[in-house]
Amino acid sequence: MKQLEKKDIKTYWAGFNSGAWQEEINVRDFIQQNLHQYDGDESFLAGPTDATTQLNNQLLDLKKKEREAGGVLDADNNVVSSITSHGPGYLNKDLETIVGMQTDAPLKRAFMPYGGIRMAEEALTSYGFKTDPEMHKIFTEDRKTHNQGVFDAYTPAMRKARHYKILTGLPDAYARGRIIADFPRIAIYGIDRLMKAKAADFDLIGDGEMTDDVIRLREQVNDQYRALNDMKKMAQAYGFDISRPAANAQEAIQWIYFGYLAAVKTQNGAAMSVGRIDTVIDAYIQRDMAQGKLTEAQAQELVDHFVMKLRMVRFIRTPEYNSLFSGDPIWATLSMTGIGMDGRHHVTRTAFRFLKTLDNMGAAPEPNITLLWSDRLPEGFKRYATEVSIKSSTIQYENDELMRNQWGSDYYGIACCVSAQPIADGVQFFGARANLAKALLYAINGGKDEIKEEQVGPAYAPITSEYIDYDEFMDKFGKQMDWLADVYVNALNTIHYMHDKYYYEAAQFALKDTRLDYTFATGISGFSHAVDSISAIKYGHVKVIRDEKGIAVDFKADNDYPRYGNNDDRADDIAKWLIKTFYNKMNTHHLYHGAKLSTSVLTITSNVVYGKNTGTTPNGRQAGEPFSPGANPAYGAEKNGALASLLSTAKIPYKYATDGISNTFGVTPNTLGHDDEDRKDALVNMVDGYMENNGMHLNINVFNKATLIDAQKHPEEYPTLTVRVSGYCVYFADLTKEQQDDVISRTFFEQM
Amino acid sequence: MLEMQEKNTTEQKPVIGYVHSIETFGSVDGPGVRFVAFLQGCRMRCEFCHNPDTWNIGVGTEMTADALLEQAVKYKAFWGKKGGITVSGGESLLQIDFIIDLFKKAKALGINTCLDTCGQPFTYKEPFFSRFKELMAYTDVSLVDIKHINPYEHKKLTGWTNENILAMIQYMSDNGHHMWIRHVLVPERTDYDDYLAQLGAYIKTIKTVDKVEVLPYHTMGVSKYENLGINYPLKGIEPPTQERVQNAEKLLDTKAYTGYKN
Repeated sequence: MKQLEKKDIKTYWAGFNSGAWQEEINVRDFIQQNLHQYDGDESFLAGPTDATTQLNNQLLDLKKKEREAGGVLDADNNVVSSITSHGPGYLNKDLETIVGMQTDAPLKRAFMPYGGIRMAEEALTSYGFKTDPEMHKIFTEDRKTHNQGVFDAYTPAMRKARHYKILTGLPDAYARGRIIADFPRIAIYGIDRLMKAKAADFDLIGDGEMTDDVIRLREQVNDQYRALNDMKKMAQAYGFDISRPAANAQEAIQWIYFGYLAAVKTQNGAAMSVGRIDTVIDAYIQRDMAQGKLTEAQAQELVDHFVMKLRMVRFIRTPEYNSLFSGDPIWATLSMTGIGMDGRHHVTRTAFRFLKTLDNMGAAPEPNITLLWSDRLPEGFKRYATEVSIKSSTIQYENDELMRNQWGSDYYGIACCVSAQPIADGVQFFGARANLAKALLYAINGGKDEIKEEQVGPAYAPITSEYIDYDEFMDKFGKQMDWLADVYVNALNTIHYMHDKYYYEAAQFALKDTRLDYTFATGISGFSHAVDSISAIKYGHVKVIRDEKGIAVDFKADNDYPRYGNNDDRADDIAKWLIKTFYNKMNTHHLYHGAKLSTSVLTITSNVVYGKNTGTTPNGRQAGEPFSPGANPAYGAEKNGALASLLSTAKIPYKYATDGISNTFGVTPNTLGHDDEDRKDALVNMVDGYMENNGMHLNINVFNKATLIDAQKHPEEYPTLTVRVSGYCVYFADLTKEQQDDVISRTFFEQM
Repeated sequence: MLEMQEKNTTEQKPVIGYVHSIETFGSVDGPGVRFVAFLQGCRMRCEFCHNPDTWNIGVGTEMTADALLEQAVKYKAFWGKKGGITVSGGESLLQIDFIIDLFKKAKALGINTCLDTCGQPFTYKEPFFSRFKELMAYTDVSLVDIKHINPYEHKKLTGWTNENILAMIQYMSDNGHHMWIRHVLVPERTDYDDYLAQLGAYIKTIKTVDKVEVLPYHTMGVSKYENLGINYPLKGIEPPTQERVQNAEKLLDTKAYTGYKN
């Protein structure tokens, strides 16, 4: 053992092409030098080994038990989760080629109170588990949490905006997530080399003039250093020495997974992304195969077992959280392929192997497979990807050309659903979303909430005329957006300050550069309804129907008006105006940590809850009805078929919405074509065409409405039926009844 | 209708088309992904018609070929190598001058053109026949529906005989105009082995068939009849079973026609 540790780091790199990556921490350069492009089709792939099938059956059985138990199988209440909090845990020690658990037993959920003790306790009690009085005392009296810090600083306006749900899902009681660690660093360099680099960085922070920035970063880098040391201890408990680089493919995947495990043991972020690991893993597999040490079946087994681990990650959440983000998502987003800065595509056999896991172990929501798409990807891969989409509806497609150009890097990944992030030196501060459809109603009602009828926004005079005057409305809407942008951005400033202070992501930051670029993410919900409502007011001559208190409760448009989703510039220009205007309003404010503003048009499943809390809108959407998800047009607005709808979404300028623009697309198999080859062709052409028109993101669901209706009635017959919902993938059976109804009623493009 | 269009052409005014609706993502209306314009108006009254809202002639959205083409080219990026535009209906040939104008301009832009027709307006009489010949010069492929192979049954099913339709197909065969033949399989109407075998034998005599498709009858159009207050003629008839569809495919020997793959 001692002998091994002393071995020169270079001996682990034998067989790889050399480059700058050997002189400095530089995963991108490792990929540049060791990329094995693959232009063929899927025929080389191997099926599951017996061990894989056995383990997977065991996991499916546990998943079934978990569902029967009401959603949670078991949960800790008195062990605070940390990198080293638990001893080793296994599914089946003899069969697993990749090991490591969040706690000491599969699917057992960890106790994570740093975000907020109340939320952690509420999560336990709502699933019938006891809370621990000792823990309660520690995290209310002795140790402050992120949640308490935030609420100590929030202003009354922020609390109100939150309470009346014009802001929802703010990460003020759980981890913000969305930080993509550069996990392959562990495999390529080993922890010791990474610690050495952090120590060197530490010495370069500040010249002794102790400003807030310098103090903060010096403290953070020490936290990172300790986290790296803890990762070594965690790996040791499983019998592995990750102080050194990985010696083979199995170790490379294992090392990467240990890094990921450290992340999910310490943070319960809404999104805990895996990043971009496919080409690095491929280089290790390639090296082993060249030396005759690994067969295709063994390589596939490693990938299968790793993916199985990602499928087992769990966090315990409150019912309120679950109603926003249903189906236990953790967004273990795995970004693959894309095109390099030098024009080479990054499709490797390993990208195929990851897709093959859906075949070998059945469809599942995690990892959230994200293809960085370009029409320059090889045809064989494109067709295999669309085949997997048609079979399992588990893939999201994102525009690599658009993102690479915007971010100036080919080594970026997707955090959560649609948010690009340079992996080595970029970080996103997650910011949930603001409800612009509600803001529009505030403009009409003088800042009063249309449901609770309380003054929430600024008390400008309401619109009192029978018909809405467009100019008067736009003036008032602008003022309500000014207020919303202010309260929203400043709530987020508070959140990120406190998160850094009380819930810092040391393990993930330890696996990134020390000096980082920050993005300040915000988001918009109710987008299509706001756009169509503005169009109705502009073109449709809208009459207001008010209740006895003068609150607008219904609207009637005398004339037909253009709607977003038909590739009609009259409506689509309103969409562009709305995003730019709200972005610019937010951008006038101070942003924490010198971060750069970004926004998204993405709702995940929260479109249902947002809609529930929003009154009738001028476009005819009734009070309580779900919003359309993400940047999708309103239900029923589309009159010219799928591509017109997609081209409306594609017009939203990515420059203003670098946090992502999500479109969820549903289509019946027979609409795609009469046979499998036609269907694959149609999908490839559709995705290519969408991206060529600067469309950013596409979820593709291929199934019949009848299947979903049947699955709602007989969930036991569809245990692995997955659907893509605005940026992630979920078991249909794990959605709430309301969300299932929403998915069923969504636009399905079909032809007769 | 035809007379009106004729007049327009001679005066060099833009021909106006009457459009029922647009489908921007047509993937079962010819090769590849296609922009489909459904034209308004049809004289046939097929019992299984699922678009009775397209029957009336002379109504619909008025559009010039230029305006329609301007819409269509926005979707060019989605068409890949095979896709393009399709004109369907209603019965597209009722607005033949409009389609000539459209396809002529489309071909000038290098766009693949596809005509979806049931052939009912076809005649060797002038002025139609010259116009048809001109249209064929700008048409890459046609989707031709044969509603029934038996003239008597055809008349019962659609209100019209099929003699001129088969004449059109023969003309296209003799002059090298490629086509896909489609046949709607309707239980108790077309789904009889002897008729199917007869149809299969007929198709074998046509030289320019790239593809043969059996389209199973479906009931998705029923609600339209209710909305329009029209009695639905096939009440109680269910879609054909998978077995019967396969049987029809066998009798029509659909696998033998592979020209569409080129």
